[in-house]
Amino acid sequence: MPIKSYLVHPSEGKKDQLAQKLSNMEHCEVLPAENEEVLILVTETNSKQEEEILKENLEQISDIKLMAMVSGFDTPKNT
Amino acid sequence: MYQSVHTNRRDFIKKMAMLSAMTAAASMFPGIIFAKEQEKGIPAGANLDWKKAPCRFCGVGCGVLIGTENGKAIAVKGDPKSPVNKGLCCVKGYHSIMAMYGKDRLTKPLVKKNGRYVQTSMKEALDLVASKMQETIKDHGKDAVSIYGSGQWTIPDGYVASKLFKGCIGTNNVEANARLCMATAVTGFLTSFGLDEPMGCYEDIDHADTFVLWGNNMAEMHPVLFSRLLDQRLKRGVKIIDFATRTTRTSMAADKSIIFNPQTDLAVANAICYEIINNGWMNKAFVEEHCNFSKGLTNMGYGLEDNYKFTDKPESISFEDYKAFLEDYTPEKVSKLTGVSVKDIKYLAAHFGNPNKKVMSFWCMGMNQHSRGTWVNNLVYNIHLLTGKISSPGNSPFSLTGQPSACGTVREVGTLTHKLPHGVVMNKEHREFAAKIWDVPVENIPSKPTYHTVEMFRALDRGDIRFMWIQVTNPMVTMPKLKRYRDGAKKEGRFIVVSDIYPTPTTDIADVILPSAMWVEREGMYGNSERRTQYFEQMVEPPGEAMSDTMQLIEVAKRMGYEKQFYYKDETHIEEIYTEYRRHHDNKKHNMAPLEVLKSQSGAMWPYVDGKETKWRFNAKYDPACSNGKDFHFYGKKDGKAIIWQRPYEPAAEEPDTEFPYWLGTGRVVEHWHTGSMTRRIPVLHQAMPHAYVELHPDDAKRMQIRTGDNVKLTTRRGEITLPASVNERGVPAPMQVFVPFFDENMLINDITLDSFCPISKEPDYKKCAVKVEKA
Repeated sequence: MPIKSYLVHPSEGKKDQLAQKLSNMEHCEVLPAENEEVLILVTETNSKQEEEILKENLEQISDIKLMAMVSGFDTPKNT
Repeated sequence: MYQSVHTNRRDFIKKMAMLSAMTAAASMFPGIIFAKEQEKGIPAGANLDWKKAPCRFCGVGCGVLIGTENGKAIAVKGDPKSPVNKGLCCVKGYHSIMAMYGKDRLTKPLVKKNGRYVQTSMKEALDLVASKMQETIKDHGKDAVSIYGSGQWTIPDGYVASKLFKGCIGTNNVEANARLCMATAVTGFLTSFGLDEPMGCYEDIDHADTFVLWGNNMAEMHPVLFSRLLDQRLKRGVKIIDFATRTTRTSMAADKSIIFNPQTDLAVANAICYEIINNGWMNKAFVEEHCNFSKGLTNMGYGLEDNYKFTDKPESISFEDYKAFLEDYTPEKVSKLTGVSVKDIKYLAAHFGNPNKKVMSFWCMGMNQHSRGTWVNNLVYNIHLLTGKISSPGNSPFSLTGQPSACGTVREVGTLTHKLPHGVVMNKEHREFAAKIWDVPVENIPSKPTYHTVEMFRALDRGDIRFMWIQVTNPMVTMPKLKRYRDGAKKEGRFIVVSDIYPTPTTDIADVILPSAMWVEREGMYGNSERRTQYFEQMVEPPGEAMSDTMQLIEVAKRMGYEKQFYYKDETHIEEIYTEYRRHHDNKKHNMAPLEVLKSQSGAMWPYVDGKETKWRFNAKYDPACSNGKDFHFYGKKDGKAIIWQRPYEPAAEEPDTEFPYWLGTGRVVEHWHTGSMTRRIPVLHQAMPHAYVELHPDDAKRMQIRTGDNVKLTTRRGEITLPASVNERGVPAPMQVFVPFFDENMLINDITLDSFCPISKEPDYKKCAVKVEKA
């Protein structure tokens, strides 16, 4: 059950659009900064396989200029 | 059957992940705002007045902004201007204001009459407290009255308590619950350096390359600081090594987790020193210039008997003596005892030994609540001293604290039996200095300490103490071997006063319960782990007749005839007390920042000299108190040199045997702050962690056919308790060990713990006793 957090840097002028896109994606929670061009993305998936698929989908988004993982946890399913 | 205790664990992990990312962002974009998260829960259209304060909970001392409207605190967010947390909070911090508004808040004084509590006015209650104290002194002597306070006391609370009891009444029966958590850190600092508190500061985190966490579950106990470590890993690739007796969230997030057998950290630390010397990693120039070698007494005992006394007898030794002593601690010999592989011992040593890496050690209760705690503190200092990795940015042995003012009040004001605000009661000059500022005859202050905390409660049980005033702490949950001390407090002829904000197991033993004003319902200051003193103003009115602990003490002092010493005016008493208190520390080694500075910024670190705080003590580049003309000056010792101590491994007071074959260790959880008297009244935190549990290793659980939620009976020589099991959930103990958090007043694990303590610090060892484990 991986939980990961990322700093996501959007392409120029795309922050709001990107925030909208990410918040519509399954397994994603987004927190945009008010005053800087950066977003926090927290992902929560049910398995490593699902996590890989999500990562692939994220890599397809052209509005993302750079995405850096900050922390990652893998927790048992029953908790 | 209980439901799983970790229903919302994933929410907390998500919060942790979010916080880590926010910290990383705050470092890259100073002043960054995440309004959605920070202002969650603020009513739409609210016209809030935001004011700064240090957080009410742990010793990290995060800066928070509190939003008030119509006389009520309704929102809290991290203060982006605070250098401590840079705008972040942990889950407790974000919910902190809710702790003021629990439904069963104490608002009226209660006096026990014929076995029932009767409401009375504050005036009558304080009259009763003063008269009872005077009557006790008349009948039984001044050492029959006592006060037991806390690291949650504000600086003014602790200061007036010490002045009243030590300066005016004339008894050293002043103790605080920091004896149960930080006393060992104090004696560690004093024996190695001659002065208390860390030489470095949190800024060390931004410079260190390796972090060694000694029995310190930072991810749960100090989450905001831990997120700063994670941020540095992202930015600079630093290494985090978790060295512990149990696998925790910290272990999971660390680069390396090393598990050792309980009590054997002493041996591993000595083995690291052996490796440093034998691999030629010692910083010879630093050691020759700035260090001495000493040894002390061994086989000290464990304080299990009443009136136990111990005084160490330090003796100088040579470097060659020390080197010969370490021959017993080769990695190969130590590995067998500790369960740590030779490879891992060498791995740890190599991090300290690498001259190109800066190393920070963090510790908290694992090393402090230890029957040889002072020794293991000394040993970690040895490692840093041998390598010269100390008192410079990124090289920092750092003892963390658990309460908001364990440092500011208990350690700096000196609310322990042997202490004065400046110095100790045993020293004539220190007594004269305090007596002059307090405006009392020096003869008032006794020259001998009386009772440390465990012995104070033993004295209450024996009847040597007849009156005890307990403020802002909950000893009827936290004392080890609790049953003895609960029964003792309930005996005939004892009079107990408890000042608190909610009913607790401690108010249950009270004859008088005084409702206290909490945190920003009054004005005050806290001092955090990095020597930072932080001010907060009164933002809201306390409920009913609740009154600050400072004012309760002043009122009783006046009733006892000490109007001259307690001259403070109602409107300005906090400023007057702080101004008076600063006189005790008026020197380059400890000067406190003026109040106007504390009001204008997010606190200041002492020593505050010529308008500047001191980030790294004992280093001539940063510390104006250094005067020996060298690069470092450990001025707490007469010759300016720190001490490298020869301290051996010795076993714990009680170890597993055939009858009680498991180790029992106790501790905390991220959702609850200490005994949970505040956080259990915050619905979201209580629901996330509604009751205590016992963690078992999966192999032990399988062998006994125990699953998560099954009831488990724990039996020690002190008694038994039944709790629900937790298997492979939050934390995983090593085989033949169990762990129980102590926050739950309905499952009092301390009824069965042992009251052994470190003979030097007198701090109990809550991490080790022998227990039998059975499926209930």
